[in-house]
Amino acid sequence: MSSQTTDRRQRMSAGAAGVIDGPKDRTDKAPGPRGPQSEDLQEDRQTLVDLLHQMLLIRRFEEKSAESYSLGKIGGFCHLYIGQEAVGVGAISAVRRDDYVITSYREHGQALAKGISADAVMAELFGKSGGCSRGKGGSMHLFDKSVNFLGGHAIVGGQIPLATGVAFASKYRGTDQVTLCFFGEAAVNQGAFHESLNLAQLWKLPCIYICENNKYGMGTSLERAMSSHNVADKAAAYELASEFVDGMDVMAMRRATQRAVERARKESLPTLLEARTYRYMGHSMSDPGNYRTRAEIEKYQERDPIKLFTATLKENKVLTDRDLSDMEAAIKEQIEQAVRFAEKSPEPDPKELYTNVYANP
Amino acid sequence: MAVMTMRDALNQALREELARDGDVFLMGEEVAEYQGAYKVTRGLLEAFGPKRVIDTPVTELGFAGLGVGAAMAGLRPIVEFMTFNFSILATDQIINSAAKMLYMSGGQFNIPIVFRGPGGSAYQVSSQHSQALESWYAYCPGLKVVMPSTPADAKGLLKSAIRDDDPVIFIEQERMYGMKGEVPEDEDFTIPLGVAEVKRAGTDATIVARSLMVPAALKAAAELEKAGVSCEVIDPRTIRPLDIDAIVASVKKTNRVVVAEESHPFCGVGAEISAEINERAFDYLDAPVKRVSAAYVPMPYAKNLEQLAIPGFEQIVAAVREVSYLD
Repeated sequence: MSSQTTDRRQRMSAGAAGVIDGPKDRTDKAPGPRGPQSEDLQEDRQTLVDLLHQMLLIRRFEEKSAESYSLGKIGGFCHLYIGQEAVGVGAISAVRRDDYVITSYREHGQALAKGISADAVMAELFGKSGGCSRGKGGSMHLFDKSVNFLGGHAIVGGQIPLATGVAFASKYRGTDQVTLCFFGEAAVNQGAFHESLNLAQLWKLPCIYICENNKYGMGTSLERAMSSHNVADKAAAYELASEFVDGMDVMAMRRATQRAVERARKESLPTLLEARTYRYMGHSMSDPGNYRTRAEIEKYQERDPIKLFTATLKENKVLTDRDLSDMEAAIKEQIEQAVRFAEKSPEPDPKELYTNVYANP
Repeated sequence: MAVMTMRDALNQALREELARDGDVFLMGEEVAEYQGAYKVTRGLLEAFGPKRVIDTPVTELGFAGLGVGAAMAGLRPIVEFMTFNFSILATDQIINSAAKMLYMSGGQFNIPIVFRGPGGSAYQVSSQHSQALESWYAYCPGLKVVMPSTPADAKGLLKSAIRDDDPVIFIEQERMYGMKGEVPEDEDFTIPLGVAEVKRAGTDATIVARSLMVPAALKAAAELEKAGVSCEVIDPRTIRPLDIDAIVASVKKTNRVVVAEESHPFCGVGAEISAEINERAFDYLDAPVKRVSAAYVPMPYAKNLEQLAIPGFEQIVAAVREVSYLD
């Protein structure tokens, strides 16, 4: 439980019967300048640089998504991952290409981290035939069988039983593949979460449940929605292993996921990770965010995952300013290329309306 | 051929398909050690072991979704609902996950799963345990819906459903498990989904019936024969895909049609069949399409009220007489 925060601030809340002790809340680490510590950096240089590259790629991709949405190039709902990059990147860096990832509708970043090309993701957002779901899924339903990315799912918590079943299949077949399942903290209030954790521990399934606690389910803060604020503690009800993780620290996410992956691969046991993170943007592009203050957002931005990791890499002489500007330039070009690809990709053929309803029509 | 109950025919289909394909597994409440709440899965745990025949907790949303996830990873789950009444808890996973996965993934993830169990009216189990839900599932693109009316159909259709690459809702009529009939024992015996069967040939009126209403329609046809009316009884057997061509062909021959069902009339499968007939064969009709359906009420407990809620052969006889202008 190395990432578990120790700050247990006793909260008081007024209950119907008077003032009672509220839940013990493991709040965020106090904002500070430190990110990943140098002793964490055991990986080779390329691995570390790749982690930063992926986070930066996601950040720039999402900024371009926001811009494209405003230009009317992307329709429907569009949920951005800005602020949460360390969670997806750190966790997915701990699994193999043939391991499974399944997630919610806020999944552009995880899709990129699992290896879907920026071209294919952007084309999907644009509703084009070159998209990873051939234009039929959109922002909330990115899929790519070739990298075992099993989709964005848009009913809150709906992917949690699915992930449990994917892990069941690995165990049934005797493979050592593990499944990463991402969801927001609001999904924890759904029955699907509890039913899945019970089954996963009962049947010892190699599934890693990663709650991205970004503090808000749409416009409702966690405090207004959850009687007990510590998601990781809920694992105790099902006797699952669990950890709190600093979701703004990519190395902490990587380490915690590595521990969970080991447990899943070697012992076929599930784990619940609660990644404390924060989304900078609205719930979706149509959310003006009137439920929180600019000061609150800025407080979390002080511990921006990309800023923290960049500083650590520079401090430890893994990365120079020149490397960083080269990386920014390459990513800028990659994103521009993705937009060009998406623009040029044809719309789905009208005949596609009636395909893929049934495998055997 | 052997004479057996629908329960045993279903059991044989499960047994044969579990033996045939190692990716097929069965899970649900009380399917293994208890031998099945309705004994459809009797002996399967002993034959295939706890890896393939799995007791679940009472957690319908959880195990339905787990099944869909396992199917995404290439397995072929058979998920038993102790009754389809409990599938209501799992509809998010059935409709939003199973039915739509292939489409929203652009053709990448088909879901070869069977959700099966008893449905329709039962004996005096009141409102929450006695209802017909096929129109819910037939409404959703991506799902197939199967409702057998004989032991042979039950076996052949269930084997096809298990081998099918799409999600199939397989509704067994709770009152019909003990019904006996001849069943082919050939392991290669299957009945394709989407093919209706004429259960009785006739010339004067068509009765479209499924599931529990098939024996009622056959009894009605025998009764009407005495009055000189030759009825054709046609059983679509699968609601999705629906063999509307076979139904329309029969209507074009007889020019009169009654659609019998034990589900509610409003937004029901009978309403859909009626609309299709009106669109495709209006000029052939000598009388308006007549539906015989359950009362539009929750199922009552009291025996007399329950009997009033579910249609029987008398109502079918009356409906055929009405479209034949006999009264």
